[in-house]
Amino acid sequence: MSMIKKILTTSIMTGMILGASAVSANTLKFAFQGDAQSFDPHGLNETFTLGFLSNVYEGLTMLDKDIKVVPGLATSWEVTSPTTIVFKLRPGVKFHNGNSFNADDVIFSWQRTLSEGSDQKVRGMMVKDIKKIDDLTIEVHTDGPQPLMPSEWAWVFMMDKEWAEEHGAINAANVKEKNANGYTLNHANGTGPFEVVSRQPDVKTVFKRTANHWNKITTNITDVIFTPVKQAATRTAALISGELDMVYPIPVQDWKRLDSEEGVSAIRGPEARTIFLGMDQSRDELLYSNIKGKNPLKDIRVRKAMAHALHLDLIKKKIMRGASTPTGLMIAPQVNGFNPDYNTPYKYDPAMSKKLLAEAGYPDGFEITIDCPNNRYVNDEKICQAVASMMAKVGIKMKVLAQPKSKYFGKILAQNNYDTSMYLLGWTPGSMDVHNVLLGLISCQNKETKAGLFNLGNYCNKRVDELQKLVGVETDPVKRQTYIDEAMKIVKDEVGYLPLHQQPLSWGISDKFQINQRADNVFDFRYVVKK
Amino acid sequence: MFSFLINRLLQSIVVLIAVALIAFSLFKFVGDPINNMVGQDTTLQEREELRERLGLNDPFHLQFYHFIKNAAVGDFGISYRHKVPVSDLIAERAPATLELSIISVLLSVFIGIPMGVYTAIHRRGFISRSFMSLSLVGISLPTFLIGILFIFLFGVILRWLPTFGRGEVVSIGWWTTGLLTWSGIKSLILPSITLALFQMTLIMRLVRTEMLEVLCTDYIKFARARGLSEQAINFGHALKNTLIPVITIIGLQLGLVMAFAIITETVFQWPGMGMLFIQSIEEVDVPVMAAYLMMISLIFVSINLLVDILYAYIDPRLTIDGGSKHG
Repeated sequence: MSMIKKILTTSIMTGMILGASAVSANTLKFAFQGDAQSFDPHGLNETFTLGFLSNVYEGLTMLDKDIKVVPGLATSWEVTSPTTIVFKLRPGVKFHNGNSFNADDVIFSWQRTLSEGSDQKVRGMMVKDIKKIDDLTIEVHTDGPQPLMPSEWAWVFMMDKEWAEEHGAINAANVKEKNANGYTLNHANGTGPFEVVSRQPDVKTVFKRTANHWNKITTNITDVIFTPVKQAATRTAALISGELDMVYPIPVQDWKRLDSEEGVSAIRGPEARTIFLGMDQSRDELLYSNIKGKNPLKDIRVRKAMAHALHLDLIKKKIMRGASTPTGLMIAPQVNGFNPDYNTPYKYDPAMSKKLLAEAGYPDGFEITIDCPNNRYVNDEKICQAVASMMAKVGIKMKVLAQPKSKYFGKILAQNNYDTSMYLLGWTPGSMDVHNVLLGLISCQNKETKAGLFNLGNYCNKRVDELQKLVGVETDPVKRQTYIDEAMKIVKDEVGYLPLHQQPLSWGISDKFQINQRADNVFDFRYVVKK
Repeated sequence: MFSFLINRLLQSIVVLIAVALIAFSLFKFVGDPINNMVGQDTTLQEREELRERLGLNDPFHLQFYHFIKNAAVGDFGISYRHKVPVSDLIAERAPATLELSIISVLLSVFIGIPMGVYTAIHRRGFISRSFMSLSLVGISLPTFLIGILFIFLFGVILRWLPTFGRGEVVSIGWWTTGLLTWSGIKSLILPSITLALFQMTLIMRLVRTEMLEVLCTDYIKFARARGLSEQAINFGHALKNTLIPVITIIGLQLGLVMAFAIITETVFQWPGMGMLFIQSIEEVDVPVMAAYLMMISLIFVSINLLVDILYAYIDPRLTIDGGSKHG
């Protein structure tokens, strides 16, 4: 009797489950530690925000699952003169509201990137003018050669001119204008594979798969529900309990726990973000050191001593749970321009460090303070502490000043006059091209050309500056690579920076789903498959 | 009475301005808002322009003056992060916090008082002793730890209740409520108990102490001598007389519960004002931080003002003391 009852209930339940799955759509519920900081497509040039929006909006070019640049809303482009690029636009593309995508929308979107509230001005300013040839052909004019413009524009999202005009959103949402042009903060109308059903910032965003998208995409997901969950412990719990299907980031120390649970796993891979230490090489006296009247970091022997005191494998093993990739270059393998020949880290050799320090006139070492964020990168504060204890072994007394990112960046960046002697920073070039790193981190600080904005310690070599300019305009890939290699070799020989590692990506996912982990930490719905 | 009122009102305004001043001068230690508002490729010049537009280059007293002037008419400016008026943001988040706080207070009252009465009457019983030791846990364990333990136990191991969020909510005008859907009610259980636990144990201990005192008084003995039933004595006479201090405490605690909600909201990703405040600190969203602190201090000041007035009404001697000079 009880057996029959059991079979009966089981079959009824199976029937219900089958019935339910046949009717219900494939929904993916996921969480990140915060929300997109701006929902306006041109509001903030930051990886998570842009990656989140790239499911809804598209650019002329876009990034595929291996972050290679592929045609997006432009089918092809051709450099017709050093300052002209002609784009052929994709025919038959519709915005979510049904309007067709055409040349006017490109021109409108470009002008919008230059409006006051926009944070995409740098990309907008790469272009001097856009001429409409016909509805599906545009001619882009630039001041000088801009070979990187097509790949940079993967992040310049195309908006519908009519829609923006209709809703008073011709300018990017601006923090100072009251009740004006706020429409794009909760609404979206792109050409992407998913459209926005509803949005409440910081609480919930609901997407649905758009009908008749132009592109063939892998996903079988029909609905996506996004909720930011701030606390890592809560995120992990929600994944294990099955309330969420995908969460990130997962703290490295939780990997074991996820792997031991049924039905969920932690997927990790190297991120294209390079973590490194920078040193003040410009001041005549360090701000935070006991050495007065001179700057020990200007002495290449001291920098070399520091480089050889770093035991990257130990950091990998003890702090990153074996999941970081020690590096000798300032760019990751995924970044265009990477050459493995130069990627060997400085050798760990404390005896040599001590010798070099003695030669430089610091046999007993010296004191220095390192600035460090404590909520920005994976285990950032712990890395700094580890570095400090490694330095202590060769006689350098390093004090760690770890602060939340808002305080940290407020202290060390340009607007506070680079108030630091040594710092830990991480960098992913948004364009996935080495030129971004050469320009922003490695070129000498130059207020006029805006080079070296994030070269906080002002490492400066005139030849590297020249090479940076050459790399920026060279179109022949072989020649370009020789320039890159030369620049990277100089930086390395002079110990301009101390690269540490590429940090691991750390996503938690339910076994019911299959996803593609992009090395820039962007979660692309196009590759999500429900099994 | 009138001069007393004016006096207290003026004092309250001074307190509010003092809070604003202290809060405002602390903001510069939170960090630089600009870096959270722009991407890494944004040029120095653009950052400087943004800073100028936001008035961050103005001297402190000017910034403070603008803030007070606008705040006086309820205008707290625009959130740096969300780019919408702060008052809209707070109005949108208030229902979640209010619902959570009110449910927690109700829980702590309707569980705390009976527990207090029970432990007072059966002082040496086993159940009383376990209540008392449990209440120690409630008072001494930090809220976030209790929250995480609850999530782990009921959300992950038993899987009875959701681990985060508010579930499905229903909008009634500008108010949103989770009380009308099953998932909303389920979502409310863990956070409201977490938040209520401290108040619950506090009320229980307070009621117990008061009860014990009252039970020793002559009129209770007299009631017993008259042969009244235990129930009538305990609830009709003893409890009634313990409630006056309890009600005062509950009133004062309501403000605290809302302030405490910050931690509970963060642990359970509860989309209320506390969560908004925490996120604003992280992103240095000064207008939101300022508005939240002002709102909380306004609540505290109003409750205290109300209590003062009520006391004065009950005991006129206070008015004379407060209003004249020979107090």
